[in-house]
Amino acid sequence: MSKPTTSPLPVTSTAIQLALAGQIGNFSLDLEINAPGYGITALFGPSGCGKTTILRCIAGLERLRGTCRVGVETWQDDNNFLPPHKRAIGYVFQEASLFPHMSVRANLLYAIRGKEPTSHEGGVGYDETITLLGLAPLLARSTANLSGGERQRVAIGRALLSQPKLLLMDEPLSALDLDSREEITPFLEALHANMKIPILYVTHDMSEVERLADHVVLMDKGRVVAAGSLEQIQGNISLPLARKRKATIALEARASGHDAEYGLLTVEIDGGHMQVPSQPMPNGTPVRLRIRAADVSIAIGKPAISSILNILPAKILEAEDLGHTERIMVLGVGIKGDGAQLLARITRRSWDKLSLKVGDNIHAQIKSAALAFGR
Amino acid sequence: MISVSPEIWSAITLTLQLATLTTVILLLIGTPIAWWLARSKTWWKEAIGTLVALPLVLPPTVLGFYLLLALGPDGPGGWFAGLWGARTLAFTFEGLVIGSVIYSLPFVVQPIRNSFEAIGERPLEAAATLRASPWRTFTSIALPLARPGFLTGAVLGFAHTIGEFGVVLMIGGNIPGETKVLSVAIFDFVETLRWQEANLIAAGMVFFAFGVILTTTLIEKRWRRSGL
Repeated sequence: MSKPTTSPLPVTSTAIQLALAGQIGNFSLDLEINAPGYGITALFGPSGCGKTTILRCIAGLERLRGTCRVGVETWQDDNNFLPPHKRAIGYVFQEASLFPHMSVRANLLYAIRGKEPTSHEGGVGYDETITLLGLAPLLARSTANLSGGERQRVAIGRALLSQPKLLLMDEPLSALDLDSREEITPFLEALHANMKIPILYVTHDMSEVERLADHVVLMDKGRVVAAGSLEQIQGNISLPLARKRKATIALEARASGHDAEYGLLTVEIDGGHMQVPSQPMPNGTPVRLRIRAADVSIAIGKPAISSILNILPAKILEAEDLGHTERIMVLGVGIKGDGAQLLARITRRSWDKLSLKVGDNIHAQIKSAALAFGR
Repeated sequence: MISVSPEIWSAITLTLQLATLTTVILLLIGTPIAWWLARSKTWWKEAIGTLVALPLVLPPTVLGFYLLLALGPDGPGGWFAGLWGARTLAFTFEGLVIGSVIYSLPFVVQPIRNSFEAIGERPLEAAATLRASPWRTFTSIALPLARPGFLTGAVLGFAHTIGEFGVVLMIGGNIPGETKVLSVAIFDFVETLRWQEANLIAAGMVFFAFGVILTTTLIEKRWRRSGL
């Protein structure tokens, strides 16, 4: 395993600083995590690597040695341990864990003792939450006959209404069937776009990370392997993620035009623009593109005749062998290579045939790019 | 047709008073015991649990014998009675209440403990993450979710107190209006060959028991259907 990449994440006044050490099950957990005070930070790693324990420690439901600071508040250090109900967190468990003896409305209002708030200053408003999560039709119902997806939406709403400074989500989709996941993901994306508080999101599913995360903490057996922005982690070819067959990079982009005849959206990325299949969107709408390393090929000079829609000038920034036959490389968009970064995987034979080397200017042919989501 | 004599009426009211008072006290002291037994992680809690369960297996006469010593003039009960100028708690209504509470304790603690355990950690943790203090979590989540256990516990405690005989005879004797409850009254009527009165009480208690169990079952069934 490569040595941990420590990239400076932007620190704001509500940043999360965590240091924990202790024995859990049959391995020891020893880690430091610094997460920014905005956006979704995904704790990503295989099942049983200690991700849930971390959330439980932040919530105060479990106690290991260490410190936990959120913003200006210290929730745990050598001398203090704040009990869970005094920590301003929202916790979404794997199973919705609604109170079965209360209606949906009573569940939602539990944290604010049954009073419907009109709007909270700087916090999350009641009406806003109901709208964001589409809860209005569920309010009067009992929790017993909600679907899995509905239950989880109520649980998320309930957590938000407790006015948390930090939202903790423990694999909120993993207990759901495929249909429920599809149903709830747009709500999570809406949450992502609208939340001002940071979210720590535990998952072992890379597609959730690609759709939702801004920052990633890569974990294995109680240790942090790497941490950084989603692009940094995905685009680091010394990390296992970029070396997988399904290696993908997520690019932040903005809509800048739509070709109605062909159903193609033009989006601006750092250092260029691309066209992707999509419904029309207002100019300036932030979107996220997903481009698989296997879908990016290399041409020297701009190919005059090609069926490929997106061909961008780029520079080879890094390259490494992937086993005996393939090579993975990092490309920087633009002549100088200082734009958005792409991953490309080609055969070693092509690499040699084109006499490629790091620093070369080439054209990246992107065979397919998809919107991870529009927001 | 036999009319219910004042003698029987007095036994009925006394019995109901005893059972009601005992049940109320049992719920008050049984709930924290059950909560502690359900939640504590110390290994020796099972020793306390066993102590609570002892009346289930001990012959009522054994329990009655020790209670008699404890409540008598030379025991703590006698000292306690001295606070209001009495000499002993044995053969008094108060003594009977104390004996009933101890004798029926496991019938109340066990179902409540089971109900608390059945809730699991998760709803309590969820409440804590929603800023509920431990007390609010207990009253707003644990108590309502353990409703079936409280129903069962209260009914068993009440019914068992009404049905107790051996302990009553040992520590209460047979004083009309003070300690002569229905179960003792039946015995008394049989001893004195007043079969019809014995029959009346016995039959009444059969119907009572039937009604209580049926009602409890139906209420529980309804709660289960409404999501509990």
